[in-house]
Amino acid sequence: MADLTLRNVKKAYGNLNILHGIDLDIKSGEFIVFVGPSGCGKSTLLRTIAGLEDITGGTLQIAGETVNDVPPSKRGIAMVFQSYALYPHMTVYDNMAFGMKIARESKAEIDRRVRQAAEILQLTKYLERLPKALSGGQRQRVAIGRAIVRNPKVFLFDEPLSNLDAALRVATRIEIAKLKESMPNTTMVYVTHDQVEAMTLADRIVVLKDGRVEQVGTPMELYRNPGNLFVAQFIGSPAMNILPAKIEQAGPRTTVSHVGDRKVEVPIASPAGTAGAKISFGVRPEDLYIANGGDFLFEGVVDYVEQLGEVQLVYLELGHTSQPLVAKLPGNAVVKRGTVLRLAADADNLHIFDESGSSFARNSADAAVAA
Amino acid sequence: MARAPGKSFLGRFGVHIAVAAFVILWTIPTLGILVSSLRYKDQIVASGWWTALTTASHTDAGRLGGAADQVEKDGKFLIMGNLFGAGDSRTLTAFGIKAQAPAEFPAGSVADLGDGVTLQVNNDGSYVMSSPVAFEGDRARRVYYAASIPPNFTAENYKTVLLSEGIGRSFINSLTVTVPATIIPILIAAFAAYALAWMRFPGRALLIATVIGLLVVPLQMSLIPLLKMYNGVGAFFGVPAKTYLGIWLAHTGFGLPFAIYLLRSYIAGLPREIMESARIDGASDFEIFVKIVLPLSFPVLASFAIFQFLWVWNDLLVAMVFLRTDADQMVLTARLNNLLGSRGGNWEILTTSAFVTILVPLAVFFSLQRYFVRGLLAGSVKGG
Repeated sequence: MADLTLRNVKKAYGNLNILHGIDLDIKSGEFIVFVGPSGCGKSTLLRTIAGLEDITGGTLQIAGETVNDVPPSKRGIAMVFQSYALYPHMTVYDNMAFGMKIARESKAEIDRRVRQAAEILQLTKYLERLPKALSGGQRQRVAIGRAIVRNPKVFLFDEPLSNLDAALRVATRIEIAKLKESMPNTTMVYVTHDQVEAMTLADRIVVLKDGRVEQVGTPMELYRNPGNLFVAQFIGSPAMNILPAKIEQAGPRTTVSHVGDRKVEVPIASPAGTAGAKISFGVRPEDLYIANGGDFLFEGVVDYVEQLGEVQLVYLELGHTSQPLVAKLPGNAVVKRGTVLRLAADADNLHIFDESGSSFARNSADAAVAA
Repeated sequence: MARAPGKSFLGRFGVHIAVAAFVILWTIPTLGILVSSLRYKDQIVASGWWTALTTASHTDAGRLGGAADQVEKDGKFLIMGNLFGAGDSRTLTAFGIKAQAPAEFPAGSVADLGDGVTLQVNNDGSYVMSSPVAFEGDRARRVYYAASIPPNFTAENYKTVLLSEGIGRSFINSLTVTVPATIIPILIAAFAAYALAWMRFPGRALLIATVIGLLVVPLQMSLIPLLKMYNGVGAFFGVPAKTYLGIWLAHTGFGLPFAIYLLRSYIAGLPREIMESARIDGASDFEIFVKIVLPLSFPVLASFAIFQFLWVWNDLLVAMVFLRTDADQMVLTARLNNLLGSRGGNWEILTTSAFVTILVPLAVFFSLQRYFVRGLLAGSVKGG
């Protein structure tokens, strides 16, 4: 019921363009996460949806109604801010009741809804406290409660977990996920720079860069089939290894040669006539494993090892590239600095990108082993 | 946060010394005025105010009764009486019979004067002189004594000053000027500060620049043009030239630039998200101002109120120009100035009037001092 449609939405401050025409369709009940590096415009985009910023071009529709000039309070949205933005001089109860008091709802109705929200968020015993007497996590719950009370069609979250410590962040993340489950018809838009939050919470992720949408897709789509180099490197930690390579043979399956003229056949189609083209060749650190036998993809000297217990990050000096190759290997594998290590990866897990950075479309799931 | 700027012992020591010096400089004269105002007129002339706080001791001389006062009792002749008059609060500590040794005998002891004549003088000044033979001659005997005077204060001066010197009326006049002249600019400035800090409208930057510019306009320069303008406008509406309304407006005008400047910098420092959150909750600008900004700005409002209140209360110049000088409109500062001319020698009147005048600033300062400091820091230190 509360579809959110953005058509060519632009935002500029004077001559400075922040958003360069965003097109986005968000379906009712979806949990959408905007993710991207600092300054990519994700918060601005959220604020334009909220109505806190006017858009300088395009149309914005909520539930089929154009809301370009509708004030925030009439858009049927609720927003949770990074800094909580609680009213410091009001009790938790008054904080949650503020919007309804402004709207002149009846006392009984205000009381019922505030208590219901407090019940959901386990805030009942804190209702008479002032925000300064609450912990960070409780304050964030009050902020969420204030949003719930408004009974909005669209929930907007602006980096709501950034001010919490690591343990609380995980707990609150799960709470938000449960909150979403309990309100299946409510659309949620969530801004974060943390890809873990994006991967765990989102139905679909919107990756933004410099005011443009790079890719929209489910978390696994973005992980498995990144549309371009930026998305490939932004999603996943550590970032995907990107190496310069050359197409040896184009066709439904592409043969590329990379570092040290090693050839590998990738089950991705490349258009005819692209043979000899320079491309980028990508493989995720977690897809690499120690090669047994003769088949291997990379060979290099172990430059550095970061042991994390469960896994270890191995930095491999390939000799031809300035950047070391990162591999995520099991924590119990014996890897010594200075020794030569051979790594392999399944052909299914390889990625190739053309010179402009766009990925070659993966055509099928037919598996192949590294040559 | 409240650490002295110098971390070294010497640095801290210097700060403490400076603070102590300021406290002494400020407190001692105030105390002097208070003590003087509570003393009798002749005491003020005779000794400094600091002597009034402790029991003072002095020596004096008196005469005993003459032969005519003697009575015969048990074969002895006695002269009895009291060296002090009725209602004297002094206490006799010692007495003597020679000018060279005025405190030879402690009070209550019996002094031998020769020929069997004895003299006993008690604390309260009562004495008994006895002799085996009858006293003769008219010449009364001279005795010397040391007496201590306890601190002695009176509220008489306040009664005089408040009821017959016109200070009471002027006190009310000053309040009549000061209270509205404090409240009106706060009301206007708070609205202006919110608008200049958080509302977008064309010309906002120019308005802010104008306000800052007005901060440096000297009062003396604008005083007379302002009065002429006010009189012109007043004549148009048929309002007399010098009224309380006029001085309220004048003080409002002179106070507004600073008020707007101070309040704007504080209100602009309030978190943006709180306003945005309120906007999403459906609050209009007016509701945000009344329900969010005003309660959160209380410290800076109080701080400006103190500034403005003290400035208006102590003002003489604007009051001289905008108010008449009859009893109905004369403010405390003007009255004090008058008294200085007409009662220049009457220190008890002047000190009492002065203390009545500083009573209100003192009360305001002590009751709101935490906002005073916080307000001074407003805009410069976050969360100060």
